[in-house]
Amino acid sequence: MKKVTTAMTYVLTFLVVIAAWQIASLIIGEMILPGPLPTLSRLLQVIGHAAFWEHMRASVWRIIAGLALAFITAVPLGLMLGSSPRLDRMFTPLIYLSYPVPKIVFLPVVLLLFGLGDTSKIILITLIIFFQLIITTRDSARQVSTAMIYSFRSLGGNRWHFFRHIIWPVSLPGIFTSLRIGIGIAVAVLFFVESIGTRRGMGFYIIDAWGRADYPDMFVGIIALSFIGIILYEVFDMLEKRVCRWNQN
Amino acid sequence: MNSFPDLLRVEGLCKSFTSNGTTKKVLTDVSFRLGYYDSIAVVGPSGCGKSTLLLIAAGLLRPSAGYVRFEKDICREPNNKVAVVLQEYGLFPWKTVQENIILGARMQHIRIGDDVLRDVKHELGIEGLDYLYPHQLSGGQRQRVALARALLLQPKLLMLDEPFAALDNITRERLQNHLLTLFTHHRFSFLLITHNIEEAVFLGRHILIMDPQSAGIKTIIENQNAGAEAFRESPQYFDQVKRVRRSLQAKS
Ligand SMILES: Nc1ncnc2c1ncn2[C@@H]1O[C@H](COP(=O)(O)OP(=O)(O)O)[C@@H](O)[C@H]1O
Ligand SMILES: [Mg+2]
Repeated sequence: MKKVTTAMTYVLTFLVVIAAWQIASLIIGEMILPGPLPTLSRLLQVIGHAAFWEHMRASVWRIIAGLALAFITAVPLGLMLGSSPRLDRMFTPLIYLSYPVPKIVFLPVVLLLFGLGDTSKIILITLIIFFQLIITTRDSARQVSTAMIYSFRSLGGNRWHFFRHIIWPVSLPGIFTSLRIGIGIAVAVLFFVESIGTRRGMGFYIIDAWGRADYPDMFVGIIALSFIGIILYEVFDMLEKRVCRWNQN
Repeated sequence: MNSFPDLLRVEGLCKSFTSNGTTKKVLTDVSFRLGYYDSIAVVGPSGCGKSTLLLIAAGLLRPSAGYVRFEKDICREPNNKVAVVLQEYGLFPWKTVQENIILGARMQHIRIGDDVLRDVKHELGIEGLDYLYPHQLSGGQRQRVALARALLLQPKLLMLDEPFAALDNITRERLQNHLLTLFTHHRFSFLLITHNIEEAVFLGRHILIMDPQSAGIKTIIENQNAGAEAFRESPQYFDQVKRVRRSLQAKS
């Protein structure tokens, strides 16, 4: 029943977006904003080509690798900071100083250090997700109340048990929220890093189509990139519902 | 108190908390003993330091002065022969009933046979709840689960901090009876914290009355008839309730 409603909402939203798109296209003009019909027919045409999927594959790999790398570095550190006031005091100034710095400006440095290949693109995504993930993870880990710590200690657990049975589960909902928000940012960064120094990926695809003034093709790229974001978002949502079953109101 | 060696001995306990530069004395010179297969109820108005006393006695909090001895050892850390049921948050919301019940035993590498597990669940009437989460249980069920978890650790001493305070009267009496049954079957001692006079008289063979003014013990009332379900109906029970109430109200 719930599943049907979700699907219905998506279909409805889709129809509204298509309608708005059509109207906008009529106002702005087909030249700059091609309507949904030519774009979607182009999309159907393009998804038959291997080249399109090669671009998709490159983008999906970069974004997943970037998120995964951020996850395995930021989460353990965030959990440690959140559960140790001493470590937290030591590292908080560093994190707070570096968090507001727009990491995207380090693109030239990252390119110089890691070259023009996939590594530098992945690292830039990682770098940007890392900071917000470490802060939310730390804040979630801090939510463990004194009463809970007493209850846990009275059961005879050690430090490892504490991470495994208390800190980790308490922090999971916050980590998932951060990851879901991170997807939007990661897609934006992906577009940016793929618009320079590469001939592969959906970012390149969009810029390339733009250069050729092939607007339907450009919008095909935009749709594809959005689709990557939507799918990832839904995957994280499903994962969270599975892993944090206890947290459903 | 009795001829047995002490199971628990609390000696000269003091505890102050300092926050924002002001120091507050919560416990001053609290001493008492508890034997094997014995029970003590600690009564006092809220804020008088009962929970603090329990936390120190359980080795979860350090005293400012004095010591707690469990059998032969001075306790500075939780002892695996002491099980604790805390006032709230005893159960972990992200673990199912089954996971909550076996967590302590699992972390302490205590092997629990399926039959033991089944018996304890049966004894406490919490069969069929295994896959539910704590928020899906009633208050009474939650306390039963917390009791089951404590029992599986095979404690010599069970400490309970206002375990039945949040329950309705009928459920509370049922669970009080339950605790007595467990007490006779499993042969542990217990220390029960409560602000409920009737509960203290029904369950505690010694009743320790706290004094909020001095932050110490006002008096200890002996109550050797406690421990039988029928006691609740007897005239001695009502006399004891009156005694404890008078003692609580008396100016120190
Ligand atoms: N960690 C703490 N820091 C400062 N004050 C505390 C702390 N724990 C308890 N207190 C204070 O000690 C007093 C006794 O608390 P508590 O032992 O919880 O009382 P009770 O359980 O009898 O209601 C209260 O006034 C409370 O505010
Ligand atoms: Mg209390």
